[in-house]
Amino acid sequence: MTWLSSFVSWLGEFFGSGENWSGPGSIPVRLLEHLEFSGLALLLAVLIAVPLGLAIGHTGRGELLVVVSANLARALPTLGLLVMFVLLLGTASIWPVIIPLVLLSVPPILVNTFEGIKGVDPELRDAAYGMGLRGPQVLGRVLVPVALPLILLGCRLSAIQVVATTTVAAYTGLGGLGRYVIDGFATKDYASVVGGSVLIVLFALVVQVLFALAQRVTVSPGVSQRLKVR
Amino acid sequence: MGDGPPSIWEWIGRNWDTGRADSIRNLLTDHLTMSLVPIVLALVLALPLGLASVRWRWLYQPTTGLMNVVYALPSLPVFMLLISVTGLSQTTVIIPLTFYGMAVLIPAVVDGLNSVPDHVRQSAVAMGFTPLRRLLQVELPIAVPVVLAGMRVVAVSSISLVSVGALIGQGGLGGLFTRAYQNPFMPPVIVGIVLIVLLALVADGLLVLAQRLLTPWVRARKGQAS
Repeated sequence: MTWLSSFVSWLGEFFGSGENWSGPGSIPVRLLEHLEFSGLALLLAVLIAVPLGLAIGHTGRGELLVVVSANLARALPTLGLLVMFVLLLGTASIWPVIIPLVLLSVPPILVNTFEGIKGVDPELRDAAYGMGLRGPQVLGRVLVPVALPLILLGCRLSAIQVVATTTVAAYTGLGGLGRYVIDGFATKDYASVVGGSVLIVLFALVVQVLFALAQRVTVSPGVSQRLKVR
Repeated sequence: MGDGPPSIWEWIGRNWDTGRADSIRNLLTDHLTMSLVPIVLALVLALPLGLASVRWRWLYQPTTGLMNVVYALPSLPVFMLLISVTGLSQTTVIIPLTFYGMAVLIPAVVDGLNSVPDHVRQSAVAMGFTPLRRLLQVELPIAVPVVLAGMRVVAVSSISLVSVGALIGQGGLGGLFTRAYQNPFMPPVIVGIVLIVLLALVADGLLVLAQRLLTPWVRARKGQAS
């Protein structure tokens, strides 16, 4: 198991080095950058995709847009899109990198929000109208709470995507944890590659756990069936 | 380079088959290998694991839990961590893609098998089908649409994900993206994106065709309804 021992020594070298804990390229700074870029992209994607998905699901207009965007987002190579935007717009700001991140994370949220709203039991919706609620009220008080598990699933899938793509985006000059991996690989500094990779994997797993918790907290017990109805 | 930058068609003509490892033709072949092997492997591994999770219920939660975690791992760091084991080879890309594929296909196999109506299963038993024959001739055919829907997702995302491997020098057509970035030039990027999307469309189309051939009764039923 020689690779295991070198693996452990690389980790020790990476996490043990004082340089990696203070200064502009240190672990806390890179971690915050990663959080900032992926958080920003995810936030923008949510702001675009949730209202759009609610509108399309509620009105039933524009379903084709949802299907096409979902398939296209899966087929488009992230690295190619990143390089294309950077070649087109330059690297003067982070936007040439953030735009493709947002573009790729809109479809999972859009699809799941749409499916969630569309999948609500029609009888439930009719009952809400029957009780005198208006269109927007039905959406806000009935459809959204019932569709919330799927909406959150969409956000979780997007978060997975965005954390991974932010890593790849380090290749086109973006900061964040991907820097350790990309720069370390270029300079054959394997301690940096292995340490950075482990950090990114941990980051992704923490994001997953946070989403699972968010789901438990925000989804109504009646919807998640944690509450036994007799 | 002559006068001015070459057009995209000129660039393709000049780089299609140079005999070097990075000719478009060779990159395309590499890309196909690195995406098709994981798609097939994922199916071959997901079928028995899915079957086992249906037969022994307690296996289902841990298996899907593990696969959810696997699915959440970003590809680039996983490639990088694997380099120390499998080196800068195609295997380093193929292994993680196989696992991502399994993460989608195991639940699909389980859902597919669970979609077999109970009366159908009981009829098969009553007709004297052995468990193996019941599986092969009754349960798996009924599961085909759900499994193939999963296969479509796996095929399209594997084909696009291979290109990330370019960052460790094994990305098939993704190599066009790194080349274009190092030597700022747009045609390779466009060619790479278009070829990858086309490959994904072709794979998706083939799977749709496979579904039509494997489940003729779906069309027959639709014909009756109209």
